[in-house]
Amino acid sequence: MRRRIGLATLGRVYLALVLMFLYIPILVMAVMSFNASQFYTLPIDWSLRWYEALSGNSKLLNAGFNSIVVAVVTTAIASTLGTAAAIAFFRYEFRGKQVLQLLLFPPIAIPWLITGTAMLLFFFWAGIGRGLHAMVLGHVALALPYVIIVVSARLKAFDPDLEAAARSLGASPAQVVRHVTFPFIAPGFIAAALFAFAVSFDQFVISYFLAVPGVSTLPVEIYTAIRKGFTPEINAISTIVIVFSMTLLVGVARYYRFGGER
Amino acid sequence: MASVSVRDVSKLFGSFKALDDISIEFADGGFYGLLGPSGSGKTTLLRLIAGFDFPDSGEIEIGGEPVGALPAEKRDIGMMFQSYALFPNMSVFDNVAFGLMVRNTARAEIARRVGEALELVRLTGLDDRKPHQLSGGQRQRVALARAIVFHPRVLLLDEPLSALDKALRVGMQVELKRIQREIGITTIFVTHDQEEALTLSDRIGVLRDGRLVQEGAPKEIYDRPESAFAATFLGDANLFRGRANGDGVVLADGSRMRTADAPGKTGEEVVCAVRPERIEVVPADGPADGEGNKLDATVSEAIFAGNSMTYLASWQNQTVKVIAQNRGAEPFEAGARVRLVWRPADTVVVTP
Repeated sequence: MRRRIGLATLGRVYLALVLMFLYIPILVMAVMSFNASQFYTLPIDWSLRWYEALSGNSKLLNAGFNSIVVAVVTTAIASTLGTAAAIAFFRYEFRGKQVLQLLLFPPIAIPWLITGTAMLLFFFWAGIGRGLHAMVLGHVALALPYVIIVVSARLKAFDPDLEAAARSLGASPAQVVRHVTFPFIAPGFIAAALFAFAVSFDQFVISYFLAVPGVSTLPVEIYTAIRKGFTPEINAISTIVIVFSMTLLVGVARYYRFGGER
Repeated sequence: MASVSVRDVSKLFGSFKALDDISIEFADGGFYGLLGPSGSGKTTLLRLIAGFDFPDSGEIEIGGEPVGALPAEKRDIGMMFQSYALFPNMSVFDNVAFGLMVRNTARAEIARRVGEALELVRLTGLDDRKPHQLSGGQRQRVALARAIVFHPRVLLLDEPLSALDKALRVGMQVELKRIQREIGITTIFVTHDQEEALTLSDRIGVLRDGRLVQEGAPKEIYDRPESAFAATFLGDANLFRGRANGDGVVLADGSRMRTADAPGKTGEEVVCAVRPERIEVVPADGPADGEGNKLDATVSEAIFAGNSMTYLASWQNQTVKVIAQNRGAEPFEAGARVRLVWRPADTVVVTP
């Protein structure tokens, strides 16, 4: 009995350590974004100074706006194309299907630095060049395998008889997709879309390669700003991004569990 | 309601002949059971009638009209799947309403007909439940209500009861038969369960290797199987091999057995089938009826099953199965010398 309590305590301590390891740096950053002092001096002098400074920093704000635009466009394209591909993989047998499915995985493992270099070279050669449009192309390519894999995983649990049943009940092919197939894969679709958004929103290396001076995304702009000299404005924008991401994730996690019920 | 005709239909999957020039007439309002082992083509035939697949040759007519390449959604056929295939994201009500919803039926009409259908399958008050909140039997009722709510011309059932446990299955057999009779819908169902086929159908087709080997009323097929396959697949049967001789058969050991119908040309090799419950076990020194068939055998196993006794008796390196009603008599024990007797009318000549 005594030993069991010991183990339970150990487990709790371990859990606490893991959470601390994960969240303390973020917490420190968030708290410091509200500290008027630039040099992290204690005690904290609470202030919104850096948020005010941020509101005047058009470079960071523009970059943030660009990030969102690129991520939203990437998400829309990658999750639509990826879901269609996953349904095709699920429904049809065709030559080269297995090779294609196998080829989905290497891009995840290839270092972004290499993918980024390859894309930069290829886009120049193909006349696509650099800029937000090139970033969207690059991000879609990165996000596609994630979308296909996540949606395919959901489809594995799909009973093809459901589509047959809907058809026998008189549903047209479009009605089958709308009322039966899509509602079933919706949780997977939302998770996949979130992946695509995160892949794009977090992307630094490829965005860095494909950015043109003056038009960049938030990670690239933060990196550039830090190299020039750190200001707590970075803490402020990072805190905003964290709150935004976490709200999104918590919302999705709740919906996902809800929709995942069978 | 409508009759269904299948004429000279063949279907290939690669080089595998799933259906081999099969023809069946399904009568209007009838309850037809397609019985066969897996791979016999029964599910393929059902899918062709439903319109999920199309025959390579031959023709299918529903209500006298050829359906040709008409897709499933335009055939007006209700189908119940083995897995039930209830839509997991929809409530009981929405599942049942689906066939009406895609036909743009008015909302009030949908509510009325869904209510009727659920009442017919005796499942009321669960409208808002999701399929995962229902028991197996309830799911089955939802699947049935969904398949009949839009008054289809034909109802197809694919192994309708195989997912239920035995106690529930027997109850549902009675229910299914009642519902079918009440709405009078032409029903075709597929099963590998001979008891289910016998209980539900008013007509049975026995399939093997994509062909129809025998067709008829359940009692007719059970009492007068035409082939050894039909005899053993639909119920139990003891098969005896011998040579035709006048109105009977001479077995390998020289004993003679009289048959229900003339066995064919004298000297020809024939097989006779005898149902286990038609054989009576009497003591070896018991009186022998001059008319009946008899074999002297030894009980090798006696299995008590409450309402009946199953005997396995050995005769000439062959095991003969006998099922005797438990009427209170002292059972024979293993090793006992016995005489097996039965009527010539229960000795059916079948093709090997």
